[in-house]
Amino acid sequence: MHGISKTVSVFPNLTGWGRKALAAAGLLALLSAVVPHPAMALVEIDITQGNIEPLPIALPPFSAEGGDSKVAGDMTGVIAADLKRSGLFNPLDPASFIQKNMSVNSTPRFGDWRQISAQALVTGTVIKQPDGRLRAEFRLWDVFAQEQMLGQQFYTTPENWRRLAHIIADAIYERLTGEKGYFDTRIVYVDETGPKDKRVKRLAIMDQDGANVRYLTKGDDLVLTPRFSPSRQEITYMSYGGADPSVYLLNIETGQREIVGNFPGMTFAPRFSPDGQSVVMSLQQGGNANIFQMDLRSRRTTRLTNTAAIDTSPSFSPDSRQIVFESDRGGTQQLYVMNADGSNAQRISFGPGRYSTPVWSPRGDLIAFTKQHQGRFMIGVMRPDGKGERILTEGYHNEGPAWSPNGRVLVFFRDTPGANGGPQVWTVDLTGYNEQRLETPAFASDPSWSPLIN
Amino acid sequence: MLEQINAARSARWVAILFTVLFAAACAQTKPDGLSSNVKPGTGQDFVVNVGDRVFFEEDQSVLNGQGQATLANQAKWLSRYSQYTITVEGHADERGTRQYNIALGARRAQAARDYLVSQGVSASRIKTISYGKERPVAVCNDNSCWSQNRRAVTVLNNATN
Repeated sequence: MHGISKTVSVFPNLTGWGRKALAAAGLLALLSAVVPHPAMALVEIDITQGNIEPLPIALPPFSAEGGDSKVAGDMTGVIAADLKRSGLFNPLDPASFIQKNMSVNSTPRFGDWRQISAQALVTGTVIKQPDGRLRAEFRLWDVFAQEQMLGQQFYTTPENWRRLAHIIADAIYERLTGEKGYFDTRIVYVDETGPKDKRVKRLAIMDQDGANVRYLTKGDDLVLTPRFSPSRQEITYMSYGGADPSVYLLNIETGQREIVGNFPGMTFAPRFSPDGQSVVMSLQQGGNANIFQMDLRSRRTTRLTNTAAIDTSPSFSPDSRQIVFESDRGGTQQLYVMNADGSNAQRISFGPGRYSTPVWSPRGDLIAFTKQHQGRFMIGVMRPDGKGERILTEGYHNEGPAWSPNGRVLVFFRDTPGANGGPQVWTVDLTGYNEQRLETPAFASDPSWSPLIN
Repeated sequence: MLEQINAARSARWVAILFTVLFAAACAQTKPDGLSSNVKPGTGQDFVVNVGDRVFFEEDQSVLNGQGQATLANQAKWLSRYSQYTITVEGHADERGTRQYNIALGARRAQAARDYLVSQGVSASRIKTISYGKERPVAVCNDNSCWSQNRRAVTVLNNATN
């Protein structure tokens, strides 16, 4: 995962237009005086709106110098696929491009790009260095303002080309939306093979676009609910490998595994605290499940709930001050928010049906959940005070939402009915419109998103 | 889908019929009504003649009359064959979320365990485990399968057949 060095903004602005030059352009002069921002870009995406018209963007294949034109073209393809998948961009068909053989070092013929309605343009090149490394450069252009919005270059080893493409896609996303991207990330999940009544479940990890699938366990033991650490290349999950089914930690890089705590019974439904230094989980005690926290450094465990009910699926608020969880203490599964020390639990879900698997957004503004009502399974969001419930998708079965690190996309799993059915991983963004399947080699469930890697 | 289920059911009935005929053929010399080709005190005896599982309503862990009767028979059998320790496995159907179903399965296992203890089985002989919805025995997508999956199964440890 290492070995990409980045040099930001080393490029001269090829258009030669400083802000002064721009100021000569009439109306724009007024605006740029009002908005004290370096680039007076016309092309920006307002992603706070409900249904967004995707931004037309042109990504001509990166040129290749002294090297591999396939890698250069493949990188462009990965960048375009990332942007398209977000639902915020519409990468234009390369067959429509008028200007061909773009160089990263020359100013584009903006008229040619306006003519095909491109609002943003990305040019780039991949250069093989004498030491074998790749140097990749790219520029993001505002076609209507006729100016460069972003220019960056990177060095990396050839096998890292995919990651580099994701990093470039993140840079483009961030410059045009004003929000952090989420493309240079990975998703851990449960790979499922074999017949429905004899499923073999393995922990697996893949890039967020489904590439580079790798298996982290062999399938000897039943494993469930992997969750990514927000701060390390580490996951916490439930395994049936020991005397009691228990919560474990697994270091993804070293493969080192350890049990979390020494509890008298089954532990399950783990999740990290926002600083990655503790794990909250349920402990089964007779017919009841209560929530406990374990500090990973001091190994101290703290009981957070004490009810004759099923309290499970705890998830911290990003400021670590509160925990949302599900409980059937009132008769059916509902969502509750309590202080991080376990005090002052308040029910927040009041709609018809059962609510479960709450997950607090990394932005703090929303809680995602699974909802069951009249035989349907839904994925939805509500504010932490329980208001503003919105259902993003529903059907025979949808379960277990997890947030992208920028809080814009939810990944979840959807089961299909019957003997030949099985779970698949899907994503949906907060608008509810951009729902897409994430291809996996076999059935897949319990996806959990990593933080941004870079 | 419906046709598939019916086909599966028919196949099951044929298998059951065959077993019954086979058992009847072997049972001619023993009039006690039990499958006498099964050796008493074995795991097979427990499964066939006592019943190793009890069932639950949706999202419930309350034992019904039939379940209590089965567990009472299990307790009697276990007092006779005291060499066994047991594991009670709790299970849920697929119409719930994973984490909750793990806890619900545990609750069902606990209900069965508590009833066995009330019928005189020593608590020290009983271990419980929950598999949630991860180990279905029936795989169709209607209540005929889900009701079979909402179960607590008593498994003999170190059983011989």
